[in-house]
Amino acid sequence: MEVVKIATAGSVDDGKSTLIGRLLYDTHSLTEDKIEAIRNSSEKKGYDYLDFSLATDGLVAEREQGITIDVAHIYFSTPDKSYIIADTPGHVEYTRNMVTGASTSQVAIILIDARKGVVEQTYRHFFINNLLRIKDVIVAVNKMDLVGYDQNIFEDIRENFEQLNANSTCSEQRLSYIPISALKGDNVVEKSSEMPWYQGETILQHLEGLDTQDVNEAGQVRFSIQTVIRPKTEEYHDFRGFAGKLKGGSLKVGDEVTVLPSMTTSKIKAIYFHDQAYTKASAGSSITLSLEDEVNVTRGDMLVKRDELPNIEKEIVATVCWMDSKQLRPGSRYFVQHNTNRVLSKIAEITNVIATNFSGNTDAENKLALNEIGEVKIKLSKPVFYDAYTANKENGAFILIDEHTNTTAGVGFIN
Amino acid sequence: METLLNEIEIADLQPTKVLQANALENEAIYILREVAAQFEKPVLLFSGGKDSITLVRLAQKAFWPAKIPFPLLHIDTGHNFPETIAFRDQLVGELGVELIVRKVQDSIDQGKVVEETGKYASRNALQTTTLLDAIEEFKFDACIGGARRDEEKARAKERIFSVRDDFGQWDEKNQRPELFDMLNGKIELGQNIRVFPISNWTELDVWSYIANEQIDIPSIYFAHKRNTFIRDGLIWSAQDDVVFRAEEEEVRERTVRFRTVGDMSCTAAVESNADTIEKVVAEIRASKLSERGARIDDKRSEAAMEKRKQQGYF
Repeated sequence: MEVVKIATAGSVDDGKSTLIGRLLYDTHSLTEDKIEAIRNSSEKKGYDYLDFSLATDGLVAEREQGITIDVAHIYFSTPDKSYIIADTPGHVEYTRNMVTGASTSQVAIILIDARKGVVEQTYRHFFINNLLRIKDVIVAVNKMDLVGYDQNIFEDIRENFEQLNANSTCSEQRLSYIPISALKGDNVVEKSSEMPWYQGETILQHLEGLDTQDVNEAGQVRFSIQTVIRPKTEEYHDFRGFAGKLKGGSLKVGDEVTVLPSMTTSKIKAIYFHDQAYTKASAGSSITLSLEDEVNVTRGDMLVKRDELPNIEKEIVATVCWMDSKQLRPGSRYFVQHNTNRVLSKIAEITNVIATNFSGNTDAENKLALNEIGEVKIKLSKPVFYDAYTANKENGAFILIDEHTNTTAGVGFIN
Repeated sequence: METLLNEIEIADLQPTKVLQANALENEAIYILREVAAQFEKPVLLFSGGKDSITLVRLAQKAFWPAKIPFPLLHIDTGHNFPETIAFRDQLVGELGVELIVRKVQDSIDQGKVVEETGKYASRNALQTTTLLDAIEEFKFDACIGGARRDEEKARAKERIFSVRDDFGQWDEKNQRPELFDMLNGKIELGQNIRVFPISNWTELDVWSYIANEQIDIPSIYFAHKRNTFIRDGLIWSAQDDVVFRAEEEEVRERTVRFRTVGDMSCTAAVESNADTIEKVVAEIRASKLSERGARIDDKRSEAAMEKRKQQGYF
């Protein structure tokens, strides 16, 4: 079965959680005890409808404030596809969670309140989907029931969004506009009877029709070593296997490979998955490789095909989204974790802060504050083996880890 | 002919049902290897339930032909189903890994926790103290558990690597962002990380995997005849004297099975004729009740799980 990962984004009260609850309810993914719990809570609050947001707003603080404050993962399936939704919060202060949710998603749903239209938050959400290069974006104009299902309002919003889209930096991105009412169920799973002027797909129809082959990108083989397996048992006395997740392309026994950073070359001797040997493995597989020659390989090293070398540099320039309350400043030290390779780094320069409303760059005061996005030059104590994020998502991103607090302080997309 | 391993981009899509488990399986194996590589003293929390049994199989796969490079830890409430304990001991013998058992009874005897009394008395919450003591005793820096995000609302917010402080507390409002598949296991002395390799699996995924892989599980997961009584619409085992039963609650033999294997005192059975793994998978697929619907520990309040998690519960 195909798995589709979806990120939802929207401002406070745009009705994200209600939309997800509606998707779950209309695809019969909510079990009876959960519906019962929602019914009880809704009645207690005096609502005359089912408050589906209660299906996803898991934390006490969220229920108190009636808003979503952290990424929640929700699962539902149809006979054809399995869906994983990363429900991400829309307020400014939680942008880091929005980036987090989007980093693993193939599809994004941006919610717009029909009464409010395109707002500052919408800019930011679209910008992040652009930056992360999410290929399929659904712009769902919600609460159509509160504007009398007026086509003009929908068309105005579409036009405003198209103006935003003119600034898009991701030309392969596809946009679909769908007028919905998550509360009433219009055009979410079932086609709305209130909007005969809309002939397009419902949200679920769009998701079901999605070509998931197309929304994933294939590239060159990048095999980052996680750990070296040496059983030291009698039966496998000389066994030395390099364990990792194969990214990018496929590998065959006999393929000539180069080990980075040593630049030693060898050939694939065997490919193991559990206790079975295979002759070929494709992207996504967590395999163990052995090589023809005795080569020194450790965690953080990378195996690539001989004629497909990535960049090997001790200095990188990246677009960084800052996620820590402690500001990013030049001269400060962080660990850069790029795949399984973790190296100490020093921030050389913060060249500019990028406005998330597509208005362009602003001068940096040579710092990045929480939720700001900027261009950063980083010096590394050891080289990383990278591709530009635009060329290879999986080998073009890294995280920054605070040397003192150990927190994940930022994420970078290498230029 | 070539043997092809996962011809498709597994991270996110699979052409058939069989390969769906592979995407999740690959993710879980990746996570387990990150644990082995990033931590000094990891441990796998083993309850004898289907989720932790699945974890053990994944760990076998992750490190083959080497043995699983960490011990198993069982927090024994003393209220386990006897079938689970027998199963545990056999599995550990086959794997050749170390099993550490720490007993809630000892925590009670030491006066660290007080046994609950009354109709809904359970040792489920008491496990937390025993677990935290064991983490301190052995200086475990990573505890691998079989919790899944689809189980419960608070768990839907869990990270794959989830930091706990010296007191085992979960700071749910200040979680580390997790981007792409990069896992940050850097911690301070005294902190530890809870790791959830099967976060993205649903109950059905676990059952399908157990069926496909032909993994042995304790017999109580399959339909069997058992003396039971009904309370609050749930079916309770009357076979052992662990579950409190009032005089007027009438015992009757029913054909039941258990969907989760927790502490006997808080795990209810469901009526079922599913006596094979295939029938269990079919039953789960058609089920209208959620898995934890039969766990009374979650029903105490709307925020029951979140509160327990903040205190260090798994």
